[in-house]
Amino acid sequence: MKHIISALVENKPGVLAHVAGMFAARGFNIDSLVVGRTEDPDLSRMTIVVIGDDRIVEQVRKQLARIVPVVKVQDFVGKPVVMRDLMLVSIAVLPEKRPEVFTLIEMFRGHVVDIGQKTIMVEVSGPETKIEAFIDVCRPYGIKSVARTGTIAMPRQGTGED
Amino acid sequence: MYTVSSPSAGPAAGSLPRTGAQIIVDALLAHGVDTVFGYIGASVLPLFDRLYDAPIRFVVPCHEQGGCHMADAYARAGGKVGVIIATSGPGACNLVTGLATAMMDSIPLVAITGQVRTDLVGQDAFQEAPTTGITRAVTKHNSIVTDIKDLGRTIYEAFHIASTGRPGPVLIDVPADLEFQKCGGNGAIRVHLPGYKVPRNGHAKQIEEAAQAINRSERPVLLAGGGVITAGASQELRELAAKANLPVAMTLMGLGSFDQRRPESLDMPGMHGAPYANFAIQESDLLIAVGARFDDRVTGKVDTFATKAKIAHIDIDPSNISKTVRADIPIVGDARVVLAALAGCVEYRDRTQWFAQIAEWKRLYPVGYDRKAAGLKPQYVIEELYRRTDGNAVITTGVGQHQVWSGQFYKFRQPRQLITSGGLGTMGFGLPAAIGAQIARPEALVIDIDGDHSFNMTMAELSTAVQNELPVKVCILNNGYMGMVRQWQELFYRKRYAYSHLRNPDYAEFARAVGAAGLTVRSRDEVGPALEQMLRADKPCVVDFHVDATENVVPMVPAGKSLDEMEGLDVLQNAM
Repeated sequence: MKHIISALVENKPGVLAHVAGMFAARGFNIDSLVVGRTEDPDLSRMTIVVIGDDRIVEQVRKQLARIVPVVKVQDFVGKPVVMRDLMLVSIAVLPEKRPEVFTLIEMFRGHVVDIGQKTIMVEVSGPETKIEAFIDVCRPYGIKSVARTGTIAMPRQGTGED
Repeated sequence: MYTVSSPSAGPAAGSLPRTGAQIIVDALLAHGVDTVFGYIGASVLPLFDRLYDAPIRFVVPCHEQGGCHMADAYARAGGKVGVIIATSGPGACNLVTGLATAMMDSIPLVAITGQVRTDLVGQDAFQEAPTTGITRAVTKHNSIVTDIKDLGRTIYEAFHIASTGRPGPVLIDVPADLEFQKCGGNGAIRVHLPGYKVPRNGHAKQIEEAAQAINRSERPVLLAGGGVITAGASQELRELAAKANLPVAMTLMGLGSFDQRRPESLDMPGMHGAPYANFAIQESDLLIAVGARFDDRVTGKVDTFATKAKIAHIDIDPSNISKTVRADIPIVGDARVVLAALAGCVEYRDRTQWFAQIAEWKRLYPVGYDRKAAGLKPQYVIEELYRRTDGNAVITTGVGQHQVWSGQFYKFRQPRQLITSGGLGTMGFGLPAAIGAQIARPEALVIDIDGDHSFNMTMAELSTAVQNELPVKVCILNNGYMGMVRQWQELFYRKRYAYSHLRNPDYAEFARAVGAAGLTVRSRDEVGPALEQMLRADKPCVVDFHVDATENVVPMVPAGKSLDEMEGLDVLQNAM
């Protein structure tokens, strides 16, 4: 099962290495790991997607909490959360095919951020399933390269767009 | 429980600017440090220059690994934080085994390493190694100080982290230029660790549930691990066992927390444990583990471990709970506080049948060996040592057969009486550990029961004992083999003894060469007189016992088998 673990960590050198090293040393698999600043300059947030049974994820959570500069650990499984992934994708598109691809991009509420002679680069964000779906529909044209941020997440306080 | 005198404000805090080296020395003194182990090198020259004038006993090993084990055993034997200082590059790298040993056994160490100058870091400078990267996984916490303003606080935090919660080693890497930079005092040092919490009391409802489980249990076993000794909870353990009428088993790390001479002692369970401890655990309806982490050497095959028992698990580290064995009643807290609270809610329950069953197992399968054999049996040496020291010596060990025999044949009665590398299994630990223990407890009789190959690994440290006038004793159970490896090769590798045999030096000659006393024993009759001579010696003394080379540790649970699938029980029965 996929778990999204959110860890608030002290913004100090070596913390990412410590977290990544712990995962490697204990044989836990990371699906994605995102680190970024928060509203507090002393703290960063790591969003880690882990696949494993409850027992493994419980150990992941406890081992993370044991790392001294890790301030708080939350597992979002079973809770309503907003999840987002950002992707830049370069698609092989000749000028005559542009209009139909633009239609697809609009359906996925993506943006064209670069147009070349034979390629276009698109920015798409959303839940992982939407990103995967966009890759699938673009595949017939030819995907040159993909860069993705990995998932970030935040618990919901009310309702809204999935 | 580890004592750190609550740090007094550094002598110069808030006043004249001090060098980084002086800030480090002041931080050590503020934490009541009176002994430091360490080895000099270019990047710690300014620090050593300041230490030279400080009221601190400084002990120089032959090798940083030895120094790290000394600081570790100093902490284990004396209950204070051990301090080790090493230079950059090779000095820091040589600490790795010692840090990992302390990490696995939860021993509080503060390691300070020199680093190359800040402007050289990352340039592959002479004697540069990425120390924090190398040691991250074998320390409870580590960091490199990049600004002299953080130096004092970082060392205060190191002592706090090392000595509280589940203790462990903390390493601080200090670039050489910071040692001679000056920094004005900025008032009192405040430890700021937002991510570090120390559990203490345990959940009252969980404690109540555990107490009720104890009161209802017909076949309970209390299992004490090293955490009981760390927490200074032996007294509370004994009180709980007495009040509720519980038998007590101890892991290797927990030996000494309960008096092994008591009939309620089940001694050590596990791979080479006492059969009656293993049978009792397998038959129990309630297992209360305290400060023990269900290591694979204790549980055997986890799926078939204590299947009839409800498991209550008390530990200060939440990650230990349900890591290998699923706990039914988890209690996160300090062993001393939780055991005292538990003792307050349990009732005495008569368990005549259960204790009769345990007595019967003890009668059928006592820990033993062939006492009628003509040759010199290693177990005989330990039994004689136990008898002639009245069971009062502080014992250190290396790792292997002799370590298990020490656990089986020396009956420990006090916490901090057995100093052994339980988790990492570090060969070569015994001699430097004896030195560290003797420094922590100058009045104690400290004896390293060692194997020949374990001794070979760190034997240079014998000259450290001589130089520091420490009368440590070493009993080498010399079988010419890596004995435990030889045993596994005999049993599981068709007697193909691949590279488990070395030609050893004459240890008595070696001892004399470095200024210690040395004796050689080849027969059973010589054991008593040699031990008496060793015990009378007022300097380090090594006795080289040439024991039966083919003796195996029995009984044994082969790797991957259940605790009750012990092999070698027939040997014990025939030995009676």
